[in-house]
Amino acid sequence: MKKILSIATLTALISSPLFAADEVKIGFVTTLTTGAASMGKDQENAVNLALEHIGNTMGGKPVKLIMADDGFKPEVGKQATDKLVKQDDVDFVAGYLWSHVLLASRKSVLDSGKFLISANAGPSAVAGKLCHKNFFSASWQNDQTPMAMGETLNKQGVKSIYVMAPNYAAGKDMVAGVERTFNGEIVGKDLTKWGKDAQLDFSAELAKAKASGAEGLFVFYPGKAGGAFIKQYEQAGLRDTLPLYTVFTIDALSLPKLQEGGMKGVLGSQMTQFWSPDLDNETNTRFVADFRAKHGSYPSFYAAQAYDSIMLIKSAVDAVDGNLDDMDGMRAAMKTADFPSVRGKFSYGNNHMPIQNFYTRTVVEDKDGNWTTTIDETVLENHQDIYAANCSM
Amino acid sequence: MEFSLLLIQLLNGLQLGILLFLLSAGLTLTFGIMDFVNLAHGALYMLGAFFCASLTLYTGSFILAILLALPLTALAGYLLEKLVVQHLYDRNHLDHVLATFGLILCIDTIVHIIWGPQGIAIPLPAWLSGQVELFDGVVLPSYRLLIIGVGLLAAAGLYVLVNHTRLGMLIRAGASNRKMVGALGVDITALFSGVFALGAALAGLAGMLIAPITEASIGMGSDIIITTFVVIIIGGIGSMKGAFLAALLVGLIDTFGRSFLDDFFKLLMSTEAAETAAPAVSAMLIYILMAIILAFRPQGLFPPLSR
Repeated sequence: MKKILSIATLTALISSPLFAADEVKIGFVTTLTTGAASMGKDQENAVNLALEHIGNTMGGKPVKLIMADDGFKPEVGKQATDKLVKQDDVDFVAGYLWSHVLLASRKSVLDSGKFLISANAGPSAVAGKLCHKNFFSASWQNDQTPMAMGETLNKQGVKSIYVMAPNYAAGKDMVAGVERTFNGEIVGKDLTKWGKDAQLDFSAELAKAKASGAEGLFVFYPGKAGGAFIKQYEQAGLRDTLPLYTVFTIDALSLPKLQEGGMKGVLGSQMTQFWSPDLDNETNTRFVADFRAKHGSYPSFYAAQAYDSIMLIKSAVDAVDGNLDDMDGMRAAMKTADFPSVRGKFSYGNNHMPIQNFYTRTVVEDKDGNWTTTIDETVLENHQDIYAANCSM
Repeated sequence: MEFSLLLIQLLNGLQLGILLFLLSAGLTLTFGIMDFVNLAHGALYMLGAFFCASLTLYTGSFILAILLALPLTALAGYLLEKLVVQHLYDRNHLDHVLATFGLILCIDTIVHIIWGPQGIAIPLPAWLSGQVELFDGVVLPSYRLLIIGVGLLAAAGLYVLVNHTRLGMLIRAGASNRKMVGALGVDITALFSGVFALGAALAGLAGMLIAPITEASIGMGSDIIITTFVVIIIGGIGSMKGAFLAALLVGLIDTFGRSFLDDFFKLLMSTEAAETAAPAVSAMLIYILMAIILAFRPQGLFPPLSR
């Protein structure tokens, strides 16, 4: 009887909030099932690596990580977020690959007075009208990367491009972004079907692009559509006639598969991004080396952002010595962006979106024969998104 | 130039249509003969792609991989029929939908466990990854031509099988009047298993052919199953000829919609409005076609006789 009682007391003690407050709870929402699961898996690996690097401690307290799956659906993502906020009572909710999942989930987190850290999605609304004091981005605003691509095209003297993107919110943002900065002519545009029965066969569009006589082809196809697009571009033999310029299409997840498939057409193609595995700073070198040692492949930009999210949270918790009730102190700390970021030093705008550099990258073969990307030049320096002006903070 | 683009798009539409035919042939048979709604048909398409991908990487030959993966997929279909589907024939359509939806989730998860979350790309041999110039200015990837060729061969084979063999006669009879075939002493159970395995192999073949273009990935079946249902509804459920012609029709309409609708709309409205409207309408075209056909000819274009 005594034994049972003591076990009962022990269990009660362990589950009591007294003990719970002695750890930093982080919920991380990403896609762990469906065809997009490899993106979420990469983020999960990076989060675990980050926790390993910091000895699983923030502000002197152990970190408890809770991974959650959004199933690539806004409603599932919101449910997962609700559970993290209400049942698990986490201190930070981070993650979100998809703009529509983030938009559906943000209210649950922010209304409960917790911090929300985006590790990928950057829809314009969150940067503008819906900006919030407790929201921080560890990635970028959607429009910035294609705007950088528009500048790259101008610099290289490309006079005309053909544009292809999926027909949904982010796809339209990407097209609008490149149109905003590109000075040449857009000779044709295709917005293809996306969502449940997304179009993955681009034969008709590629034939049109070829016939249009454009000097370059700009595309945005995230996830598995990207790999499919590149293959068909290669099979259509457009490499020599229609150079490819992409955003968020070719990444460390698709490159090994393209290499396996012998899609040499992708070598030499250019893209823009805020980060690259070869970006030269101490944090990044360590991150990339350790990630490769552990998982055998280059980290994707999704992973880089996930790593930064954890470091950003750590900087906040460290600044208040683990006093998680000091929201103002943690917020002020995050606003300074004073943490070792894989992208190097950057700062936050009034809307808590990064003001950062964007680079032109080229797909190359590294010295070990793996396909990866290297930085050519900085195309936008300390670039702030255009929606910051709409944010009342 | 305009004419050659038209010709290229015609061939692209034909290629899409042929892939859709391979998928819908199996579906229309199971639906027409066994009165069984099989949402998991797309899962067999996915399995075919994954089998072929693994075998290609293992044997190093894409063609050999297809030849080995075909019976494997048929076997998977046969086992699926024996273990699960067979017990569902007497239930109503809603139960079919529920059970086969469950099957999709199971098969997706099994594939996730075996092959991992990332898809597999299938490398093409050098002689297939180039382009062929058919006429002056009409250049097509050689692999697309192979799809058209293989698909037409499969269609011809099916035509002979369905119209000129005893098995085909039973299949046609089953599609027209299933009960009567059973009453005449035909082993319906074996016929059903055979037809299901045949449908699985055809769906698998479609998956194997599409995988080098896109990739073998989880959920690829769910992406295409809706279009496949559209095809068999337009063609008339249970009709092989209907499935063939409807698949080509859907393939061509979809491709031409994507290719020329924006130019056409630009004649009627402002460029900006056309650029917004064209992708939306071209994505809907095949559904509009299905709605029209359902309104005027609910049995489909070429329904099997005496149903």
